[in-house]
Amino acid sequence: MARYIVNRLVQSFVLIVFVSLLTFFLIHSAPGGPAVLLAPDMSKEQIERARKDLGLDDPIPVQYARWAGLVARGNLGKSYSQGLPVTDLLARRLPETLELVFTGLALAVIAGVIIGIVSARKQYSLTDKVLTAFSFFGMSVPVFWLGLMLIIFFSVNLKLLPSSGSYTLGTPASILDRLAHLILPAVVLATVNLAQIARYTRSSMLEVLNSDYLRTARAKGLKERVVMNRHALRNALIPIVTVVGLMIPRLVSGVAITESVFTWPGMGSLAVDSAVQRDYPVVMGITLMVSVLVVVTNFITDVSYLILDPRVKLK
Amino acid sequence: MAVEAVRATSTPENVGVPAGRKRPGLFRRFSRNPFAVAALLYLILVIAAAVFAPAITAYDPNRIEMGATVLPPSADHWLGTDESGRDEFARLLYGARISLTIGVAAMLLSVILGSAIGALAGFFGSVVDALTMRLTDAMLSIPIFFFLLTVLSVFGSAVSTMIIAIALSSWMTAARVVRAEVLRTINLDYVAAARALGAGSWRTVLLHLLPSAVPSMMVASTIGVGQAILTESALSYLGVGVQPPTASWGNMLSNAQNYFFPAPLLAIWPGMMILFTVLSFNFIGDSARDTLSPYQN
Repeated sequence: MARYIVNRLVQSFVLIVFVSLLTFFLIHSAPGGPAVLLAPDMSKEQIERARKDLGLDDPIPVQYARWAGLVARGNLGKSYSQGLPVTDLLARRLPETLELVFTGLALAVIAGVIIGIVSARKQYSLTDKVLTAFSFFGMSVPVFWLGLMLIIFFSVNLKLLPSSGSYTLGTPASILDRLAHLILPAVVLATVNLAQIARYTRSSMLEVLNSDYLRTARAKGLKERVVMNRHALRNALIPIVTVVGLMIPRLVSGVAITESVFTWPGMGSLAVDSAVQRDYPVVMGITLMVSVLVVVTNFITDVSYLILDPRVKLK
Repeated sequence: MAVEAVRATSTPENVGVPAGRKRPGLFRRFSRNPFAVAALLYLILVIAAAVFAPAITAYDPNRIEMGATVLPPSADHWLGTDESGRDEFARLLYGARISLTIGVAAMLLSVILGSAIGALAGFFGSVVDALTMRLTDAMLSIPIFFFLLTVLSVFGSAVSTMIIAIALSSWMTAARVVRAEVLRTINLDYVAAARALGAGSWRTVLLHLLPSAVPSMMVASTIGVGQAILTESALSYLGVGVQPPTASWGNMLSNAQNYFFPAPLLAIWPGMMILFTVLSFNFIGDSARDTLSPYQN
């Protein structure tokens, strides 16, 4: 176990370095430069001086080494366009994104598992077909368009829920206000992600329902409720942990789009803005942050899988 | 022979079919799923509309008419006009060309790339396999959308750049499918026979190993077109994809948010086109999985 964990940590570290190298070289090898250097009121000399100050004229490997050196000391550099340290920006944006991701993911898991279980227990029934159709809808609908439709319906027509931001500006902070802002984006995120969970739960549940040990449990006269809760569900839900782990990268992509639609002040919308403005330090900071988060969640899901299912053995 | 026997006796759709009758043909089996048939008809319609767009509408999708902005649907403008006075119906048709082209081309490129990588990994094994599969895992575990955002905003978003970028971010499924299929077939007798007859590596891979991956690749690539269209539309919506004035279903929605009051329909049409098109590819892919699988369950 200890050896497995060390192995995984090394692999994760290599992966993060790989991703940061790739991103760094790609953005720095592109023609043109950061958008702040394209300001129309800057003279040629000013632009040249600015490039020199930012170190953009050095060879790319030198720039990467300098960036990596700073990162090792916990410094992610300064944003070109906002002048603030990237760590400050991220510290402000990260909690907002985590709030949205966890709410969305929790909704997706709860709804997906319930849909999957109901579908499996009533296989081929009308309910099963309707739920399957809903899963297909979730897999096929564009994230941003679903957001727009919910805004039209709930914000514009019914005037029931706010359509942008994570709280109402200029009002005292209240939990109700935050919740109202959270509902629509979280529902969007959950809808587009629950399909995968529902389909896996359904097939995993079907497999368990047809297993020998379930027949044995029924044969020895256990109540149906006990058979379901103690024998079927427990075994059927273990693989879902892995599915959730595999979903994280996709979920994070969905967050970027959802945040842009709802102008949610998180890392996703920051990523979109800074990519468009070529704010290199912010792009690198977010890439690093997101890769670390994804790698850590993958690690946690794999380890929890080992703990949950004693049948899985390490090689 | 053994496989044929199993197939003939135990597939569910043959239950009740008198002995001696053949298994129904591919199309027959496919046509049993009404959703898949409807999806296929819908896609044929959309593709035809995209191809024959100039014959269907007389409007130039990019012609701006400042006196005729955000008009409601009428006999002149079937779906009304957008915020620059461009005909919405014409833009939907021409947008279909762009979105479908990017979807299909990105999928083809990603299938070719993925098959090559998967075949390499499965055929050569050992170090090659370990390296390529680590790379595949790495690609699957990073949030690739952020990467696409960065790449496109930095390198610009010509249609060809978008196709390449989407393909480079989506070859992993194909690679895994082909690798698994190569590993399954490489030790079978007919492959050994082909090699004994003097078939080289190239010939073995192309003529004897890859063909058995075709059915599962067809399923994966059908669904892949839909996914590529979703990616393209999201990137275009965010402004780093297909650039105006060229219409794509995604960028038609970029400005919709500012015109909810006068024209909510402008926000609905392009999204419906994306939804139904992607849904159709998913239905067909799912149905193809059932149709092509010899052991249907």
